[in-house]
Amino acid sequence: MTRPTMNNVSERDVAGLLASAAADADILDRLHERLEEAAIRDGLLDVAYTRIDTPVGSLLLAATERGLVRVAYDRENHDTVLETLAARLSPRILHAPQRLEPAVRQIDEYFAGSRLQFDLPLDFALSHGFRQTVQRHLSHIAYGRTESYKQVAVQVGSPNAVRAVGTACATNPLPVVVPCHRVLRTDGTIGKYVGGPDAKTHLLHLESAAA
Amino acid sequence: MDTHHTKQPFEAIVRTHSQMVLRVCRAVVDVHDAEDAWTETFLAAMRAYPDLPAEANVEAWLVTIAHRKAIDIVRARQRRPVPVENVPDVASSLGVVDLDHHELWAAVRTLPPKQRQAVAYHYVAGLPYAEVAEVLGGTPDAARRAAADGITKLRSIYHGAFTKEEAR
Repeated sequence: MTRPTMNNVSERDVAGLLASAAADADILDRLHERLEEAAIRDGLLDVAYTRIDTPVGSLLLAATERGLVRVAYDRENHDTVLETLAARLSPRILHAPQRLEPAVRQIDEYFAGSRLQFDLPLDFALSHGFRQTVQRHLSHIAYGRTESYKQVAVQVGSPNAVRAVGTACATNPLPVVVPCHRVLRTDGTIGKYVGGPDAKTHLLHLESAAA
Repeated sequence: MDTHHTKQPFEAIVRTHSQMVLRVCRAVVDVHDAEDAWTETFLAAMRAYPDLPAEANVEAWLVTIAHRKAIDIVRARQRRPVPVENVPDVASSLGVVDLDHHELWAAVRTLPPKQRQAVAYHYVAGLPYAEVAEVLGGTPDAARRAAADGITKLRSIYHGAFTKEEAR
């Protein structure tokens, strides 16, 4: 945030000051918090988001009034993800950490090895049909366990839809919390992951160490 | 045709225009009300945002909302009178660093309403006179004259202030 310098002669002119006089960053932060509270009170905050640092990088967390709607890795580009949320859900989006507090706490506990299961309301508004069916099944794969794409296909009643299961995992809007990382290729190799293979390996090691 | 698809998240609108809207609010309502005016402006903007055409001029839109909210606040004040804001002596605290430019905004608020608004929307928000006129009603020429009269008065107040400061 730039503050007009009083040594700059041109900004000493009233017109220059009027156009540039900067308010303190603290005041703007406080006003932003007031806006968050008022937007929640008036039911206008369609999507709230925050970011957290984790061992697998910065994660963007977004929630509607119904629940957690998106977890995004850095490599997905958080700005692009927010633009997509604006287009697909609602442009009434604010950085509003308050709504994400339970998710932040549980994800921190998960990475510390002290949480084996997430207990959060989830909003699957970003996925539909077979993909959503698969994603809802993923939460039933226990912590520290894995299934193959083929096993998942059988579990959801479409044994021939192995490829579609792969696509459903790849398009999981809630990685980490909905554990698509627990699905491996039939030969045991880790397969692709929205957060990159290193992140998938990290989560699997974390869970095998803590389980 | 769904115009939502090209729209930025509202957070980006707040980040980009937060300072400008606060400057406008500080210019047109008194210091106690400026923060309420800021919050009311962005809250109303957030409510209306999904229906804002994608090609709309966001600055002019926000200034129009801030103008209405300021009028609401001034009317509410008139219904339940409170002690009148003391107009600070602009020269009194020179030498003290005035980080939030309280004296500047206090000086702006000594102007008659039309001049103050014209100065706020043209010099503070950067709107061209045609758009200032749309917010205020009246012609672009009238808006230009009001802003010119206002800035002349402000320059006379501030010129004196800076001259004294430099003489220290």
